[in-house]
Amino acid sequence: MLSEKSLGSLIRDKGREGRRGFTLPKNDVENVDLGKVLPKKALRDEKPRLAEVDEPTVVRHYTNLSRKNWGIDTNFYPLGSCTMKHNPRANEAAAANPGFASLHPLQPEKQSQGALRVMHELQGFLAEVSGLPAVSLQPLAGAQGELTSILMVKKFFEDAGDSGRTTVIVPSTAHGTNPATATMAGFKSKEIGVDEHGGVDVEELREAVDGTTAALMITNPNTCGVYERNISEIAEILHGSGAFLYMDGANMNANMGRMRPAEAGVDIMHYNLHKTFSTPHGGGGPGCGAIASTENLAPFRPDPTVEKHGDEFHFVRPEKSIGRVAGFHGNFGPILRAWNYIKMHGPELRDVTDMAVLNANYVRAKLGGTYRVPYNELCKHEVVIQPPEGKRALDIAKGLIDHGYHPPTIYFPLVVKEAMLIEPTESESKETLDDFIGAMLELAETSEEDLEASPTTAPTRRLDETRAARQLKPRW
Amino acid sequence: MARFTPHTEADVREMLEAIGVESIEDLFADVSPKLDSELNLPPTLSEYEALRDVEEAARENDTGLPMFLGAGAYDRIIPSSVGAMLSRGEFLTAYTPYQPEVSQGGLQVIFEFQSMISELTALEISNASVYDGANAVVEAALMTARLTKRNPKVAVSAGLNPRYREVIETYGAEIVTLSHNNGTTNFSEVPDDVSGVFVQNPNYFGIVEDIEAASEAAHDVDALCVAVCDPISLSVLEAPGNLGADIAVGEAQPLGMPLSFGGPYAGYMATKEEFVRQLPGRITGETVDRDGKLAYVLTLRGREQDIRRARANSNICTNQALTALAATVYTALMGPEGLREVAELSASKAHYLADKLTDAGMRLRYPDSPFLWEFVVEMGDVERANEALLDAGIIGGYDLGDGAMLIAVTEKRTKEELDAFVEVVANA
Repeated sequence: MLSEKSLGSLIRDKGREGRRGFTLPKNDVENVDLGKVLPKKALRDEKPRLAEVDEPTVVRHYTNLSRKNWGIDTNFYPLGSCTMKHNPRANEAAAANPGFASLHPLQPEKQSQGALRVMHELQGFLAEVSGLPAVSLQPLAGAQGELTSILMVKKFFEDAGDSGRTTVIVPSTAHGTNPATATMAGFKSKEIGVDEHGGVDVEELREAVDGTTAALMITNPNTCGVYERNISEIAEILHGSGAFLYMDGANMNANMGRMRPAEAGVDIMHYNLHKTFSTPHGGGGPGCGAIASTENLAPFRPDPTVEKHGDEFHFVRPEKSIGRVAGFHGNFGPILRAWNYIKMHGPELRDVTDMAVLNANYVRAKLGGTYRVPYNELCKHEVVIQPPEGKRALDIAKGLIDHGYHPPTIYFPLVVKEAMLIEPTESESKETLDDFIGAMLELAETSEEDLEASPTTAPTRRLDETRAARQLKPRW
Repeated sequence: MARFTPHTEADVREMLEAIGVESIEDLFADVSPKLDSELNLPPTLSEYEALRDVEEAARENDTGLPMFLGAGAYDRIIPSSVGAMLSRGEFLTAYTPYQPEVSQGGLQVIFEFQSMISELTALEISNASVYDGANAVVEAALMTARLTKRNPKVAVSAGLNPRYREVIETYGAEIVTLSHNNGTTNFSEVPDDVSGVFVQNPNYFGIVEDIEAASEAAHDVDALCVAVCDPISLSVLEAPGNLGADIAVGEAQPLGMPLSFGGPYAGYMATKEEFVRQLPGRITGETVDRDGKLAYVLTLRGREQDIRRARANSNICTNQALTALAATVYTALMGPEGLREVAELSASKAHYLADKLTDAGMRLRYPDSPFLWEFVVEMGDVERANEALLDAGIIGGYDLGDGAMLIAVTEKRTKEELDAFVEVVANA
């Protein structure tokens, strides 16, 4: 084991030719000479320039890297729209169970009844929470859940022989994935504005909807953290012209047990199991973007879904399926964790929503007055604020780091200048929130010069992001 | 109050008062329509009870047996240090590294992952990973269309994993299937209007293909060549970048990820520097901070959905940071020699098994085609053979549905298990 000081910072710099970090079992059959069984030109001449390191060095290297990273485990992480709640460790124990971890996705159904049962039960739980009966667990992330939903809508119209549905309407507050998804699915996306509550402008929507409209992509509560109070009317406008209401379910942590999208007129939605049901974000993935829809869109779900026939569980291809969106059945790890999370809550999922909404409103109440609150009314699980006049969201965010808090989402939603979107989640205590509020109030009084210098206590100071793009260096 | 939420009744009272409302219900005054009944979910369980149910469901699966299934996911040895690093809460419970000052660990891991993929593929730029191998394939198909300014129409080898092919179809790209001779794809009939030519290596039937022939065929019609490669195989097989491939993609699951019933895995994507603007997904780059200290940051963000919205090159938002960490730690532990040993052990055992099966009177479907660790055996009634294997405590190969079994052999299999396999299927 070498000391850190004599080495560069990358794993490869810590190696030396001939070092090994792992031993494999000895070969108990005859060695095959690849030069004899494969064409010569198929073989590699030079070995790849990878790290050659021992196990102690590997463990120390990645452990030390982890210490340059913040997670929910180490810091309050109120990143709006991302639902950074505590990840119960029972879920990790569940996913590590060898009865699941070593199960091959192509084992016959008879050999994987336990996994199929978990999937079937989770489909049922997600149907209950949304009120939408037809679930698919296959999409591998929220953005893929969006795409799956919009492809299902597209296929519905193709199947109905309606070739004129070329447009998807997206409010200006939408997540960037919404318009990107519409494009990817082959639709034109049409943007509409928001009203004084940050909600979809109903009059503008009425003008925008016509026979070319396939769907509206709505987020509820919207990305300003405000409940879409006209959602039923919005659904009626769309349904009146034969279009669908799709809901981005990123914010379901505000709805569980308090409202169900189906009863508000939503036809199809995606969940982010890694947000609402607390499967760890892992630094950006893996996730699961399960979808739920009404019965009339059910035949178009991805292949396969799980059904119970008698006492047995089976994979079934929905009749008019859009096809497959993942290599196998979806991200089973997050599926298993979400199943376990829901079972540890049961109907008490409503308490999760209640406490998440309580925490966000508490932060709103305490910061209002010092910070500007553009939609100063009841918020749901998150609140959007703006810094005091003359201060920048970016500087407040970097200042928070020196107070030990991960910054909120900044400059989103786009409709609010200098937006700071704060989502405390239900995991945080009043003391944590009070300390955070104290830091925010202090930052409001901190000189612009000091703010601009922050952070000074993090593993790095502010970065030269332009240089990263102009002198691209994405590898050793 | 539930165990994952800290508030006491007194906390709730004080907070409601600060907000200026009477009750929790008042916080939902704006919600309509309201759900006025309790969610119909099973009763709340303690952790112990929930994990007992997990164990019960786990026992309804057949696991812990020698495995001969592959077809895109492989039962390989995973060093204990991989799981130990993944369980670090700082990695496990972080979000996408939007705030680089407090995400340097995750960013450097991605930088190392990208470097490792670049080295294996001999292509200059790798992204931070995508959802899985199938999605890497479809994103590459769409990428060829953007780069050639043609419609997404791809010529795929008959040896492309059929699940990858299905995902390409779902995403709306047109597919032309190339014929094969004895399991090896014939690249002489590529139509001249395709955007990409896909070659999988080793292919779905385990056969080592000629990437150079695929890239020449692609370039002859001004299309791009996409090589779909098993990353373990790249320790012994020539890198696709050295054989003319423009894009290399694949499933990173064999690099330290458990089978987990199909996911989470990670897809990798690498390409030439000139094509970087059309590469989807996150990319981490090196830079410096204000003090001139080396640091890492997500870069070329202008390609992505949160900046470009409807004009983004993909709607992809997340990468698979945690499973990419698994691949990075696994590869570091193995090193180039360890990866080569994994490949050679697997190939040795696979060839041993193929020889023994042939000796026992069975026939390989493609006897003259070179393979590494996966091959196709004519078996007649595959279902019956697999049932006999399960009775003997063995998970058999993949039923191709036409009287043949696709058999995968990894470094985990022992001679004893291989001999037992032969004995069972020879008598089935």
